[in-house]
Amino acid sequence: MRLTVNGIERELSTRPLDTLLNALREELGITSPKAGCQQGGCGACTVLIDGEPRRSCLTPLVAVDGATVTTVEALGEPGNLSPVQAAFYEQYGLQCGFCTPGFVLATTAMLERNANPSREQILEELVGHVCRCTGYVKIVAAVEAAARGDVSEAALEAGATGPSRREPEVLVPGSPA
Amino acid sequence: MTNLTNVLVPTSADDAAAAFGDGSGVTVVAGGTIVMPDIKLGRLCPERTLYLGRAGLDRIERSGGMCRIGAATPVSALVDGAPEPLATFAAHVGDREVRGQATIGGNLCAPATATFSRGDLQAPLLTLDARIRSAGSTGERTDSIEDFLAAGPDGRLVLEIEVDEPKRAASASVRRPHAHAYTILAVAAAETAAGIRVAIAGAGPRAVRATSVEQALADGASPEDAGQKALDDVDPQDDAIASGNYRRQVLPALVTRALGDLS
Ligand SMILES: Cc1cc2nc3c(=O)[nH]c(=O)nc-3n(C[C@H](O)[C@H](O)[C@H](O)COP(=O)(O)OP(=O)(O)OC[C@H]3O[C@@H](n4cnc5c(N)ncnc54)[C@H](O)[C@@H]3O)c2cc1C
Ligand code: FES
Ligand code: FES
Repeated sequence: MRLTVNGIERELSTRPLDTLLNALREELGITSPKAGCQQGGCGACTVLIDGEPRRSCLTPLVAVDGATVTTVEALGEPGNLSPVQAAFYEQYGLQCGFCTPGFVLATTAMLERNANPSREQILEELVGHVCRCTGYVKIVAAVEAAARGDVSEAALEAGATGPSRREPEVLVPGSPA
Repeated sequence: MTNLTNVLVPTSADDAAAAFGDGSGVTVVAGGTIVMPDIKLGRLCPERTLYLGRAGLDRIERSGGMCRIGAATPVSALVDGAPEPLATFAAHVGDREVRGQATIGGNLCAPATATFSRGDLQAPLLTLDARIRSAGSTGERTDSIEDFLAAGPDGRLVLEIEVDEPKRAASASVRRPHAHAYTILAVAAAETAAGIRVAIAGAGPRAVRATSVEQALADGASPEDAGQKALDDVDPQDDAIASGNYRRQVLPALVTRALGDLS
């Protein structure tokens, strides 16, 4: 199986009937797609396949031979987040973060189709994503902020380390930071 | 056709039918939304697998009062591309991501489970008098949807589904937000050359035609009175998303609503 993952062409040896989720996590070490329910019900494993959000836990590898797969690793990186990632960070749209890659990818794809979704459209489009932590209010606020372009410079640079870092350094005694 | 150690990837309908043969030992994977978890969890250990995604079975053609739908057409394509009430039912399947991946053939052939119903599209197909073209040991043949559902999909590879464009159509469903986007209960109604047909999804392991309701209508009953007859056609059961009692309370009202919208 050959596919392009986050811009790099890959030849995978994972078996064709195994899931794309498994190939990404176990063979490529890309761990942002989470293995949640593994039966299609939670959205934590969502990736973009040719730009469309799909459940990688339901996708046999054979179905993506020749396709382009995008995970959040390709959206941004610490210090240089994508606007949707930055909005989730700034609006407290995540707590444990398990559901976040799925929400961020589904939101990114939704805003590409429809730059100005209504609240109803947001709820309808993201209904397949379950979050056990936030209660959804702040997730929807984050999606709305991303759609409005209401994202600060500091948020876009969140997670940076070194001299460019704008956030105050918070050192917790004993933490690895 | 590609053969990846027991995963066959046909690139045409003929190839698919040939690879399927009489179906023994073959597991069909279309969208995979039902079958992949079964494989992953080892509930299903396919000897040989037929992946349908590249067989060109994903086209919708509408002409001459008829609509032909390839078996591997994604549910999302039916939302704008299929006649009512199929389009509305398609829009209510799962969520956006599941609809993009799930196929109409997989919905038609969804294994009936005692725990919940997942072949929602069977109900609108029943009302549209669908014909199911399939391949298998006796070659190609076309069955009425009722015969197909009664016999079950074993040994058959569905190639195409043909429905009539209805004169009028309506549907009603419980649209209650739920953590899992499965349908609780839904009613389809349509008038085609075959007359008015009514079908119910969510009240049992697979969708059923509400013949008592249809008979009452033919005898001149009002939508309210015909709606009451629905409980002669199905015996709703408890499952993880709603109780049988709740469904019994709601079903006559849903049938009445669909019939009201039909006239
Ligand atoms: C989160 C979630 C929500 C869902 N919500 C709904 C819902 O609201 N309503 C609903 O009806 N369903 C729902 N489903 C179930 C499922 O997605 C649908 O029934 C879907 O249409 C199945 O299609 P598929 O192509 O993915 O099937 P697959 O998993 O590929 O196949 C299903 C079965 O059909 C067989 N099969 C597939 N194609 C053919 C063919 N052409 N010929 C012969 N046999 C074939 C397979 O061998 C398998 O046994 C949901 C699933 C998930 C994960
Ligand atoms: S892990 Fe794929 S949907 Fe839950
Ligand atoms: S942030 Fe924990 S599951 Fe959503």
